[in-house]
Amino acid sequence: MSTPKSSGMSSVINVMRRELSGYFSTPVAWVFIVIFLVMSGVFTFYIGSFYERGMADLAPFFQFHPWLYLFLVPAIAMRLWAEERRSGTIELLLTLPLTTGQVVLGKFLAAWLFLGLSLMLTFPVWLTVNYLGNPDNGIIVAGYIGSWLMAGGFLAIGSCMSAVTRNQVVAFILSVVVCFGFLLSGLPMVMNVFTQWAPQALLDVIADFSFLAHFAAISKGVIDLRDLVYFVLVTAFWLMANTIVLEIKKAD
Amino acid sequence: MSLSKNFGGIVAVDRLSFSVGAGEVLGFLGPNGAGKSTTMKMLTGFLAPSGGTATINGHDIINDSLAARRIIGYLPEGAPSYGEMTVRNFLEFIARARGFKGREARRKAAAAIDRLNLESVPEQTIETLSKGFKRRVGLAQAILHDPQVLILDEPTDGLDPNQKHEVRSLIRDMSSEKIIVISTHMLEEVQALCNRAMIIADGRLLVDDTPAGLIARSRYHNAVTLVVEEPERVASILSEIPQARKVELREGELTVFPAEGARLFEVISDAVKEYGWSVSELRLEAGRLDEVFRQVTQGTVGK
Repeated sequence: MSTPKSSGMSSVINVMRRELSGYFSTPVAWVFIVIFLVMSGVFTFYIGSFYERGMADLAPFFQFHPWLYLFLVPAIAMRLWAEERRSGTIELLLTLPLTTGQVVLGKFLAAWLFLGLSLMLTFPVWLTVNYLGNPDNGIIVAGYIGSWLMAGGFLAIGSCMSAVTRNQVVAFILSVVVCFGFLLSGLPMVMNVFTQWAPQALLDVIADFSFLAHFAAISKGVIDLRDLVYFVLVTAFWLMANTIVLEIKKAD
Repeated sequence: MSLSKNFGGIVAVDRLSFSVGAGEVLGFLGPNGAGKSTTMKMLTGFLAPSGGTATINGHDIINDSLAARRIIGYLPEGAPSYGEMTVRNFLEFIARARGFKGREARRKAAAAIDRLNLESVPEQTIETLSKGFKRRVGLAQAILHDPQVLILDEPTDGLDPNQKHEVRSLIRDMSSEKIIVISTHMLEEVQALCNRAMIIADGRLLVDDTPAGLIARSRYHNAVTLVVEEPERVASILSEIPQARKVELREGELTVFPAEGARLFEVISDAVKEYGWSVSELRLEAGRLDEVFRQVTQGTVGK
């Protein structure tokens, strides 16, 4: 009669597996991958002047990732919770013997793995640069890791925003705005909002919150533990916020 | 094994309190918006009660929510499921979420498929199924872990009569050893399925009784209805008998209501013989559930 207790991680993996298989049974995954690949190609080769630079590295490829993610990651994230609300499955999912945290983490990991897969499919760029010259592959690997971690940060923000509203368009816009804030914090346009009134300590914190600065460091091949920890912390923070938001307004 | 629940509610459910034991099939009855679904959502841990709490087999729904959810099988309103999954994959997902691993999870899913007669569609995606099949998939996920407590929110809503019959016999088959709570706004369902009924309106418990007891509250209970020639004349004669409290003529049917504790049927059938009326129909009323329902819910809503 009594059902077994499930361990925490296997519950997370179960949710993740279900979610991930859901991506590939709808056109969402394929459309996303194609657009991601085309866009990153366009940015790298045309706007980034990959050939004209005459340098064997992937800087023009990685430098546009923050901007690419700014719109594409919220597009993936907006449906995470809004879709569960629309179909009513949120009630099914959250009345199973799973904690909200397990469900949040499972769904996040699925989307993050999916983004990782999309990122891996850009491997022809890496092949190209190796064919054309002798790049420092260590830097390239660092760039990929940094890019994936940054995508996780964007994704956690988007997931939280998706839990805030049941409207997918609103979720998309909210997460683009918040992601944009995180991207640019440290740049004058964000700092100006705070300089008038905020204490210097807070200004330093905000200035240090920029995705761009941390990503730039990693993609130059400098894997500083602080940059990695930064992305992990940002991701963890937004996933916690996501869990709390969901606890408060799961039934709305 | 008993449940006791005590809600101080949001506007929807107002200090609803009751307990249910094994073998009971409890029907929540009430107009739309009465608070039936809200109560179920609180029991299953989807909504946090704004006051009070409930205990399910000793597990508090707030402090021990996971343990409570483990022994509950829940069919949310409308039987939501992941449309893009196949029936089998969906049920295996539920089985793993319920803590079954590997082969055991597959076995549980297969057993649920068997139990709900889904053998013809296990590899079909759920979104391609008819409403009746979708509802059965919802029931399959609810009973998959053989829960001690089964909470079903409008399990037969929107099904055709055959499907309703099928779902009801399934529920009846499981009812002996479980606690089953169903919500419905269909009165005949309570009669067909439940051995206990609670009428809820505006989040308050108005009546808690057996279906038979509910019917006995009807003013039609033990009344006699007859269809007869010259009803006006018959009505005036019958209104003279001491056992009759009141006589009503409606759409050619004459209904005689008994005085307190009176047995009308014999008296009236004797009168029929005595006066030689030509009667085409003579029946003893059990009571009308819809009338009790209206009386109970509107009576208090109005006040």
